[in-house]
Amino acid sequence: MRLKHNLLLFGILGLLFLGIWQLARTNNSVSEQSNGADNLPEEISFNFHVKPILSDKCYACHGPDANKRKAGLRLDVEDAAKSELSENPGKFAIIPNESGKSELISRIYTEDESEMMPPPDSHLKLTDQEKNILKKWIEEGAEFEQHWAFIPAKKSELPKVRNQEWPKNEIDYFILNKIEKVGFDPSKLAPKEKLIRRLSLDLTGLPPTIEELKRFVLDNETFDYEELVEYYLAKPAYGERMTRDWLDVARYADSHGYQDDSYRTMWPWRDWVIHAFNENMPYNQFLTWQIAGDLLPNATKEQILATGFNRNHPITQEGGVIDEEYRSTYVSDRTNTLGKGILGLTLECAKCHDHKYDPFSQKDYFSIYAFFNNVNEKGLQMDAVQAKNRMYYADAPYITIEDEDLNGILSFINKKDTVKVNVMVMNDSAYRNAHVLARGNYDAPTDLVTASAPEAIVAFMDNFPKNRLGLAMWLTDEKNPLTARVYVNRLWAMIFGQGIVKTTEDFGSQGALPTHPELLDWLAVDFVEHDWDMKYLLKKMVTSATYQQSSVISPEMKKTDPENIYLARGPRFRLGAEEIRDYILTTSGLLNDEIGGPSVKPYQPPGLWEETNAGGNRGILTTYVPDTGDKLYRRSLYTFWKRTLPPPSMTIFDAPNRDLCEVRRQKTNTPLQALALQNDEQVLEGARFLAENITEHSSDNGEAITTMFNSILQRNPTDDELEKLLEYHETYLEKFSLDFENAEKLISVGQYEINTTDTAKTAALMMVAQVLYNLDETITKE
Amino acid sequence: MEPNDELMNEKLNINRRHFFSKLSVGLGTVALGSLMIPGLFTRRGGLDADMPMLGVPHFAPKAKRIIYLFQAGAPSQLESFDYKPLLNERMGEDLPESIRNGQRLTGMTANQDQFPLVGSFTGFKQYGQNGTWISDYFPHIGKIVDEICIVKSMHTEAINHDPAITFFQTGNQNSGRPSMGSWMSYGLGNENQNLPAFVVLTSRGKGNSQGLYSKLWSSGFLDSKHQGVLLRSGKDPVLYLNDPDGISRSDKRMMLDKIADLNNQHYHRVHDEEIQSRIAQYEMAYRMQMSVPEVMNIKEEPESIIKMYGAEALIPGTFAANCLQARRLAENGVRFIQLYHQGWDQHGNLPNEMSKQALDVDQASAALVLDLKQRGMLDDTLVIWGGEFGRTNYCQGRFRPDNYGRDHHPRSFSIWMAGGGVKKGISFGETDEFGYNIIKDPVHIHDFHATLLHLMGIDHEQLTYKYQGRRFRLTDVAGNVVNDLIA
Repeated sequence: MRLKHNLLLFGILGLLFLGIWQLARTNNSVSEQSNGADNLPEEISFNFHVKPILSDKCYACHGPDANKRKAGLRLDVEDAAKSELSENPGKFAIIPNESGKSELISRIYTEDESEMMPPPDSHLKLTDQEKNILKKWIEEGAEFEQHWAFIPAKKSELPKVRNQEWPKNEIDYFILNKIEKVGFDPSKLAPKEKLIRRLSLDLTGLPPTIEELKRFVLDNETFDYEELVEYYLAKPAYGERMTRDWLDVARYADSHGYQDDSYRTMWPWRDWVIHAFNENMPYNQFLTWQIAGDLLPNATKEQILATGFNRNHPITQEGGVIDEEYRSTYVSDRTNTLGKGILGLTLECAKCHDHKYDPFSQKDYFSIYAFFNNVNEKGLQMDAVQAKNRMYYADAPYITIEDEDLNGILSFINKKDTVKVNVMVMNDSAYRNAHVLARGNYDAPTDLVTASAPEAIVAFMDNFPKNRLGLAMWLTDEKNPLTARVYVNRLWAMIFGQGIVKTTEDFGSQGALPTHPELLDWLAVDFVEHDWDMKYLLKKMVTSATYQQSSVISPEMKKTDPENIYLARGPRFRLGAEEIRDYILTTSGLLNDEIGGPSVKPYQPPGLWEETNAGGNRGILTTYVPDTGDKLYRRSLYTFWKRTLPPPSMTIFDAPNRDLCEVRRQKTNTPLQALALQNDEQVLEGARFLAENITEHSSDNGEAITTMFNSILQRNPTDDELEKLLEYHETYLEKFSLDFENAEKLISVGQYEINTTDTAKTAALMMVAQVLYNLDETITKE
Repeated sequence: MEPNDELMNEKLNINRRHFFSKLSVGLGTVALGSLMIPGLFTRRGGLDADMPMLGVPHFAPKAKRIIYLFQAGAPSQLESFDYKPLLNERMGEDLPESIRNGQRLTGMTANQDQFPLVGSFTGFKQYGQNGTWISDYFPHIGKIVDEICIVKSMHTEAINHDPAITFFQTGNQNSGRPSMGSWMSYGLGNENQNLPAFVVLTSRGKGNSQGLYSKLWSSGFLDSKHQGVLLRSGKDPVLYLNDPDGISRSDKRMMLDKIADLNNQHYHRVHDEEIQSRIAQYEMAYRMQMSVPEVMNIKEEPESIIKMYGAEALIPGTFAANCLQARRLAENGVRFIQLYHQGWDQHGNLPNEMSKQALDVDQASAALVLDLKQRGMLDDTLVIWGGEFGRTNYCQGRFRPDNYGRDHHPRSFSIWMAGGGVKKGISFGETDEFGYNIIKDPVHIHDFHATLLHLMGIDHEQLTYKYQGRRFRLTDVAGNVVNDLIA
């Protein structure tokens, strides 16, 4: 059975037409519409052609949700779909090979509104092509397949390619195979300085330093790319870069969220994450510790600390709430985070009713919920005023980080002062019966459930303990078809800008289909075979020829593959919020590269917390007082995160508010971003600091501008660029020589002490730096 | 062609992006070396700023814009618009169990062994053609009663502030969904090329207040260009709006031209349309730097107008100033103007706090309605006034007729609306004589949302966005348009 599925899946995928059809689908391009009825795939694949239609247009009433099922018909299960219709004896929705007798076909083609499917009031409609696909599928025998993401991944043979010279590793065979089939050529190798910049940004979140550029590009004729990769993977900044993404998954914040949104001390958990990434902890272990570190035999304090992952959710401090309502919300949050963040599933859809698209019942949901239901916690532990008065910054259960821990197992925690720090963690010391909750409501328990994980994904083995440790074993079981695929896909998205499955958060029926399914599977299996080694996986990706292509878009490609589905060119994407700020700190020379510790408060427009707080005395996060000195220039992952008003320099560039687990940020382009880059104090101070330093060290204007250009863009300016910037600089040199007052005003931005002997020169050069910091190229990985 | 077909939406987005990038080339050329901004403040100014979703409006809209005067913390309906003399007659008596009927209570009153009824401290008078009862705290609103529609039968499920206000703003008690204003921006596009479609203004009263959170104006899973932009009263009305010290407007223009020039050079090397889009965003930002301070400058308002809104209208950051601001934004084509006034959470000390809160908002709220009317804008501007739930008819804490508090009451509360195609001079819905349960025409938040969208020309079942495999709506899976409210 399984073999058949795989053969069908992969056999079909090899065909050229599918690639093109697939492109149309993933792009949501309109060509589908205009192509009309005649452009059908030669052979129909259930998973790639039929199921997306059935899921999106039919499952809401004829799918897994038993309560909402109409006419007793379900189309997500083969036997049921092919059975006699219970409310229409003698008739069948689907009779294989006989589309004329299949009720499904007559219902979707009819013009009679009372018979029509989907019914007009659903506002859903099938296109002609979709109708014809369903018809052809039935005529070809109406074969069903298991959902692609639930079929265990297998390593297939590397695809054949004509150009044997191009591939550098396995990834390239899969990519080139498709590129060749659609008649493209891969792009040429990116220039060295582009490549080192891309690599440094991807693996450390920071641009390369001038010294690194010199070492690897300028001074070294024998440019060793692999050595470069190893170098960046070994930098401590690597752990910080990886942590930045994981904080979104873990909905990490320095405040409790909700109404009063006061302070919490979860930052030692964040320090652990950095440590774990830098130690290259295998992903299965990384997950196990976070899900169930406290339940491991003789659990160490470090393993317990890791479970803070599941206490990062918002916790209310609003006096008068109903305790159980919120406790239940926290348990759900953990369940949903497991779904979205680790399994790539929309489990939360099955909280109030059976899932409408994927094979999960409400009972399945609460069986997972049961794993997280035994924490000895309260919905409301203390209101914000009480918590403030008692300096209570972690709700039980928690562990206390003592000074002596720092000399031993927890040495990675950057604890600056001697005040003890409490960190919220998991325990299982308050066993509760778990029930299905009617409509998901905390006060409507129905059937009792036992902790378990959905069989539809992979069986929860009898020898797994029925607690979170068992859940972790199930997650990291080699037979689990999702865990590795989902993480591999997310790292792929981090490196290439979008996932092989574009919906990195949803591998279910309504999610996007993989553009390169065999590649995803190959990588997932390879990852597990190499002991879930994250650095190994990243190295595989970044040493591929695919990755090393130039990101220049040819006019032809812009037309045929605007979204770069085929990866016949390198990635080109705007940097994330943290990376943009860190970029400015690094290139200006302001960056303080200290690792870990309590979160810091860099510049923020004044008044934001004050205008929206609850009135002064609720909690300790009512006024924002920026830090001073070195603390201003820490990497952005250490910026204090208040959930109800996250740092605007982050949210303007699409950072989420961290109320919920997020795995995919938007990449927008807005006028508010333009304003932030032009006028944020930190950008201006960076421009000034860089200008000051260059002014001190170079007397020649051309040299000064070239040095600045090198620092910010990591390449030499073209003659034309240099000429234009020189002219611009000249204008301001003249202006500021006459207008000392404004020059002084301009350079007096920021707290960093002014240290220049030539105000006009510094101001003029600062204008140049501002132009450079606002270039699209500067804030783009290319 | 289906109006809500995601494929078509996607197509539209692609077109929009291309359209925008073409547009930007033209714009950049026009703007280069020029300080003149053509069509500043003219709606549509010859160029479509942002296109609406295909197929919207679904029918002719009655309202073109909404000004929502949100009263955060939940003002008591029993001291404002829902007159219940029985509570004064039975002052101090325990709330009959038959009336309470098992409603869940917050943790603040759940342990009270008694629920003593408490009547309004302030008096009520009749206003307008229908002799509508309105409390003495709100005399100005009393005077415009023939312009407004009071809904006395609002209800919600949420019983705490955070979920309740989140529910009102996003249609769901949990965070993560787009705000009402974001849905409108997504559905209807932007009418204005110099200002955002959805703006937020906050103010704080003297009463016990609850925090506000940026998630209330978040675009959730919609594109973040639909998120509410906070307009603030300080020197930076929009975050990072002001140029640094030492730089003039002409310096800024020169800088933008230089940036655009270098960006264009790079575009010709790498051919990514995103670069053109960025150039366009920089131009929009430049225009905002002019248009936002312009629209927020109330100095040009005549004295007669300041008099209408009250002297506080001259103090930036007050509710009165924000109301006046709202009118100016409405005039300039902003589609959804969301005000929040904090301080309505009277668990105790209600008579004292509520009189102050009412003083903050009464005159300016009424003035806004009258001002819109005299400009002929009330017909297509919907003004809404109200909080996130109501307050209990019984006293919280120790009972004293002259100084009491009221707990949260989600089961019935009052809001009012004016203009924008809503019937005027009516009261809709009724509560029982205890002011506890709704006995006629209940309006749920989902119904309220469905009605708002309807007034804006949108079928609430058709304005959907597919996210995580599901088609989301502002009204989730519920909501009925309350046709009896519509003129």
